[in-house]
Amino acid sequence: MTIAEILSSEFLMRVVIRALIVGVLVSLCSSILGVSLVLKRYSMIGDGLSHVGFFALALSACAGVSATYSMELAIPIVVVAAVLILRLSKKEGRLNGDSACAVVSTGAVAVGTLMYNLTGGKSGDICSSLFGSASIVTISEKDMIISIVLSAVVIAWFVLCSKTIFAVTFDETFANAAGVKTDVFGVLLAILTGITIVVGMKMMGSIMISALIIFPALTAMRITKSFKLTVILSAVISVVCFTVGFFAACFLSLQTGAAVVTVELVCFVLVCAIAAAVAKMRNKKVGHG
Amino acid sequence: MELIKATDLTLAYDGHTAAENVNFTLHSGDYLCVIGENGSGKSTLLKAITGEVTPAGGILAVSAELKRSGIGYLPQQSKIQHDFPASVSEVILSGCVRSDSFGFAWKKQSRSKAKAAMELLGITPLASRCFGELSGGQKQRVLLARAICVSDKLLLLDEPVTGLDPDAAHEMYAAIRQINEKLGCAVMMVSHDVNCALHEAKNVLSMCRGHSFFGTVDEYAVHEQHDAAIDHELHHGHNCHCDHTAKEKGDLT
Repeated sequence: MTIAEILSSEFLMRVVIRALIVGVLVSLCSSILGVSLVLKRYSMIGDGLSHVGFFALALSACAGVSATYSMELAIPIVVVAAVLILRLSKKEGRLNGDSACAVVSTGAVAVGTLMYNLTGGKSGDICSSLFGSASIVTISEKDMIISIVLSAVVIAWFVLCSKTIFAVTFDETFANAAGVKTDVFGVLLAILTGITIVVGMKMMGSIMISALIIFPALTAMRITKSFKLTVILSAVISVVCFTVGFFAACFLSLQTGAAVVTVELVCFVLVCAIAAAVAKMRNKKVGHG
Repeated sequence: MELIKATDLTLAYDGHTAAENVNFTLHSGDYLCVIGENGSGKSTLLKAITGEVTPAGGILAVSAELKRSGIGYLPQQSKIQHDFPASVSEVILSGCVRSDSFGFAWKKQSRSKAKAAMELLGITPLASRCFGELSGGQKQRVLLARAICVSDKLLLLDEPVTGLDPDAAHEMYAAIRQINEKLGCAVMMVSHDVNCALHEAKNVLSMCRGHSFFGTVDEYAVHEQHDAAIDHELHHGHNCHCDHTAKEKGDLT
């Protein structure tokens, strides 16, 4: 696509704007939720959930549910999985959180792939579920509405409950003793993460959607040392990186998910390098002083 | 006023009974030290008080006032993440989260509470520093300030000086004493450092399997002498070694 082509066609224009809105809002949600997930050492949970998302799409294809309604099936499955994984990883049972996540995510991909195979699905279906659809035309009006509602809920949650979010993320034992309902927090975090992953999966693909959760938070943590600023900065970084990656993919005919994640990776590496250089300079100054 | 009363309490973790027949009472303004060997259920007792675990038997009565305000708790150090992006004031203010949980900014009341706590513990200059950059002793004092923001009725401490150098440990004890005396806040402290803890506390709860003791520090000394005598007779056949070994170590060093 070239700019002239997009501008000349009302249809293309609408497709691009719709995809951009969904992508920006999903990046916003995932980056806000991502700070708590990364700091609570739940990064792998995002990864595990996205593979459960792949399984859910396979299941809906297998059951003959049309692609338009696959989200209605995928959201409940992923949300239940999110709550279960969070519960499991908290209890010090026979499986620790890490291995539990690995079991769930690889198991879900294996079973999902077999389901595609057995129902005669084309390998293209598997590919687009894993790596995101090659074309942004598949992003529907419904995707847009869900992502608008979702981001409204996530932003409201962060603005109104940021103090509780901080207390629980920083030290759950303490928050529990102080009388905060930490279980409610965990379940809410799991539900919102599950929905975000399902909504973003179509564009980003189930393999790469967790990058939207992890990269912005990690990048922001290199820059600022306050929790609220980390969340805000993470949201800004995420939206900017998405937009850059999205248009790069648009104009250079690349896969959207891969382009966005590459931009996030470059941004992360750059910020790390700058932070290291600044720290070195500061040390030198102290050394001379 | 009675804050906590335990009657024939049984505590268990991972399905194993850690302590049985634990009896004690904590009044407002008390300073209670909980001692005992590893695995004797000291930390589990604190978790039972905060509601994180349910007792396996007996009665643990926590006063309605404490339930309303929440409990200021200083967990074992290993539980806190040290690479967390948080400023000192953010950490201390999070102690006010029960009474001020809604909205983006902290209420004026919470901010003045946090300020008073910082002043009491002499950490006001650290307010804008990053929590992760502080020394071990400073971190513990920040977490202490956070705990007293929750409630000035009860402070629960789980091994507050473990891992601190002697100077920092000394400062930490002084800070705890100040909270107890100036604010009239009851303190319940789990400790390995038996000698120091006995020096600081007014009451002692010694947790040994099937043989827990509760009384004042002086009563504990008598009890221990008595125990030592029996112990000697039985050639260490008695199953309560925790305090003696600690004392012996202390004498040797």
